[in-house]
Amino acid sequence: MNKRPFAITLDVGTSRSNHTGSWRVERPVYLDRLPPCNNACPAGENIQGWLFEAESGEYEAAWRKLVEENPFPAIMGRVCFHPCESACNRVQVDEAVGINAVERFLGDYALQHGLRLPEAGPDSGHRVLVVGGGPAGLSAAYHLRRLGHAVRLVDSSAQLGGMMRYGIPAYRLPRDVLDAEIDRVVAMGVEVILNYNVEDIEVERESGRFDAVFLAVGAQLGKRVNIPAGDSAKILDAVNYLHEVADENPPLLGRRVVVYGGGDTAMDAARTARRLGATEAVVVYRRNQERMPAHQEEYEQAQVEGITMRWLSTISEVQSDKIVIEKMRLNAEGFPEATGEYEELDADAVVLALGQDTDLSLLSRADDVVVEHGAVKVSDNLMASERGVFAGGDAATEDRTATVAVGHGKKAARNIDAYLRGETRAPAAKHELADFSKLNTWYYSDAERTQRPELEKVRRQDNFEEVVLGLTERNALFEARRCMSCGNCFECDNCFGVCPDNAVIKLGDGKYAFNYDYCKGCGICVHECPCGAIEMVPEVI
Amino acid sequence: MTKRPIRFYQVGSFAVGNRLLSDAERTVQSDPQRSNSIDSGHRACQGCGEALGARYALDAAMRAANNQLVAVNATGCLEVFSTPYPETSWRIPWLHSLFGNAPAVATGVAAALRVKGRSDVRVVSQGGDGSTVDIGFGSLSGMFERNDDVLYICYDNEGYMNTGVQRSAATPPAARTATTDVVGPQPGNTFGQGKDLPRIAMAHDIPYVATATVADLHDLEAKVERAMSFRGARYLHVLVPCPLGWGSASNETIHIARLAKECGLFPVFEAEYGTVTAVSKIRRPVPVEEYLKLQKRFAHLFGKNPHPEMVTHLQEIANRNIERYGLLDADESPAARHAEVES
Repeated sequence: MNKRPFAITLDVGTSRSNHTGSWRVERPVYLDRLPPCNNACPAGENIQGWLFEAESGEYEAAWRKLVEENPFPAIMGRVCFHPCESACNRVQVDEAVGINAVERFLGDYALQHGLRLPEAGPDSGHRVLVVGGGPAGLSAAYHLRRLGHAVRLVDSSAQLGGMMRYGIPAYRLPRDVLDAEIDRVVAMGVEVILNYNVEDIEVERESGRFDAVFLAVGAQLGKRVNIPAGDSAKILDAVNYLHEVADENPPLLGRRVVVYGGGDTAMDAARTARRLGATEAVVVYRRNQERMPAHQEEYEQAQVEGITMRWLSTISEVQSDKIVIEKMRLNAEGFPEATGEYEELDADAVVLALGQDTDLSLLSRADDVVVEHGAVKVSDNLMASERGVFAGGDAATEDRTATVAVGHGKKAARNIDAYLRGETRAPAAKHELADFSKLNTWYYSDAERTQRPELEKVRRQDNFEEVVLGLTERNALFEARRCMSCGNCFECDNCFGVCPDNAVIKLGDGKYAFNYDYCKGCGICVHECPCGAIEMVPEVI
Repeated sequence: MTKRPIRFYQVGSFAVGNRLLSDAERTVQSDPQRSNSIDSGHRACQGCGEALGARYALDAAMRAANNQLVAVNATGCLEVFSTPYPETSWRIPWLHSLFGNAPAVATGVAAALRVKGRSDVRVVSQGGDGSTVDIGFGSLSGMFERNDDVLYICYDNEGYMNTGVQRSAATPPAARTATTDVVGPQPGNTFGQGKDLPRIAMAHDIPYVATATVADLHDLEAKVERAMSFRGARYLHVLVPCPLGWGSASNETIHIARLAKECGLFPVFEAEYGTVTAVSKIRRPVPVEEYLKLQKRFAHLFGKNPHPEMVTHLQEIANRNIERYGLLDADESPAARHAEVES
């Protein structure tokens, strides 16, 4: 008999029997997009990835993720000109995330806590010669060791580091930091030979029975120009000058120093001269401030330290205690033109910072390696010769920064590895870029950038103490949490919360899934995902 | 450096949850064990704001009442799409009687529980704007006046949507509905009519009145929780965009609710015993056009034969709300913004 209440003919059923997923014409799917910071990093760091770890205070995990790509976080956190921050989507909300400052914090954290780089890989039986112990060579050595290849690293200087040591002054990169991060790479079992000049790459390769060579000789020769000069005029080039200062054997320049050029090296030379007793340090540059190649930070710090600029000026004559400069003007194309107006400037010495050339004489017998515009010509794989000669860093590019060099080192190492296995490396296709239009920034609250403290001006006058200081843990955490995690889920639960059909399943451990039995395909989860990690794709019938 | 509290800047307090937050700081909705008072398989349209708003509010009420909750539902979309006989989406005790009597039924349920000494079981009555503002208005006012121990939640989608989008007394001026067609010199719904139910509820001096939208979950849940801390009659008015009736994209439901609040047309505030105690400030001010243009029910205000004077009129209504509730900080008030444009 019917045991149901009066006038009830059917048992109560759940609406779950109604599979509303059949209404759908588009379905949401989770995806990872490429954050613009990662896309911009010359060293190929997974910045969003290591910031994600740092956000939870997992500094060691963050550092481990960072050194997967770049073994020098403490160095990079000081000298990198952070193209990541220029690309950061947060610029369009308030200010870029202080990625560089957090990187430095992680690098310093690892040094303080004695964290070790990953172990070298199992021995592959291959031997690779790396010529040049700068950022490119060291980075290559690190990655080659991780891949199990034996590495001999040779350098003509007394210490490793290349331009990180001999070009970048200690007030930007303290030597204890530099040494510590280099030592960590060497400790992975890199055979290092210092004060050693490779005369001929072919001889070297044969005698050492190397299976591949990576040329990372840098650009060590300061460019010269012909300037009429008196016999007693003191003219040096900035590369040598900074090298000698780094060797603690600085030349005496006098009280009034003129630096010729407008790049970072010019700023470093002027700031160094000032610290070594010059009362006046003037940078003479033929174009104007907008066209100066020096990075803004360097320029601003130089200004604070009392460096003066003479824009639109060329040096036409150097005498023992003064120089003659000619004023310039920019033509319609932005090139400087002479005006015929001259002016005298007191100067005891002139430092030329007009760019650098590469010394590639070691390639004289390597006929199949092409040198173009003063740099080794390389393929996309950084290969200079089919016989396993690779090149990178300043020797193979016009984009001469330490970070580009570190990126080259990694790339070369991976390509050398493929070459040694008789393969050609084909990197995985990049994910779609997570540009600003993919974000829903409503969900990020407003937070201004944390400024790094700087050494007071009076304390910078006569020493090489570090100028830019680090963040405290508190500030670093704050800064890391400003990251918007563009294109990559950061477990905010928005999709799980906003679905009107309860069709998002929270699996835990940062994982979610869609229940397509009930998802009607409204797309709210995509619209309200803060970081653009979901997209709608048409249903295929 | 000066100390500052580490806040969750990545998500602020606006997202549903965050792995960095403790459970107490997350919303009810971020909890995998939430009640899901209204279950999957309901027949609401794609992107339904009401289905979402009902789950938000009732899950929060369930938590506040230790899962001892009875819901009384008026006739309307929410009732129709959730209970096509013999199916039901409700995972809580739920009653439906008539269109106009939900507050009276809730009063009866509350009285019965009182008689049985079950003060632990709480009563929620809910309905759309039609049953609240029009059809059940008399019984709702009576429930308020008697201060019966019921939380009444109105899910306001500004019209009779499941019967074919007819005008209600909550339909905004200028909006097109099936009964306010876009004809004549002032197309759409008439200006100067309709009821502002939150203010009417406040006039009853009941313990708690609040407005909320589906765009700010933290705010909505806090208001439900606050409402559940009182005994007596309480009223919560939740704006729930309707993609069907408003002619909006199904994925923009939350976005549109957010714009309604940000432009000033839907003031979000709370009041206790007839006095406003808090307002949600506008965070990113927008002109009303940004809100209106996303909805086809306002399409006749723009396009080939636009009605800019009606848009201006709607902006004036928004400005009035902004002034009345102090929705902007002093330097961002409409007058100050206007001056900035002039200068």
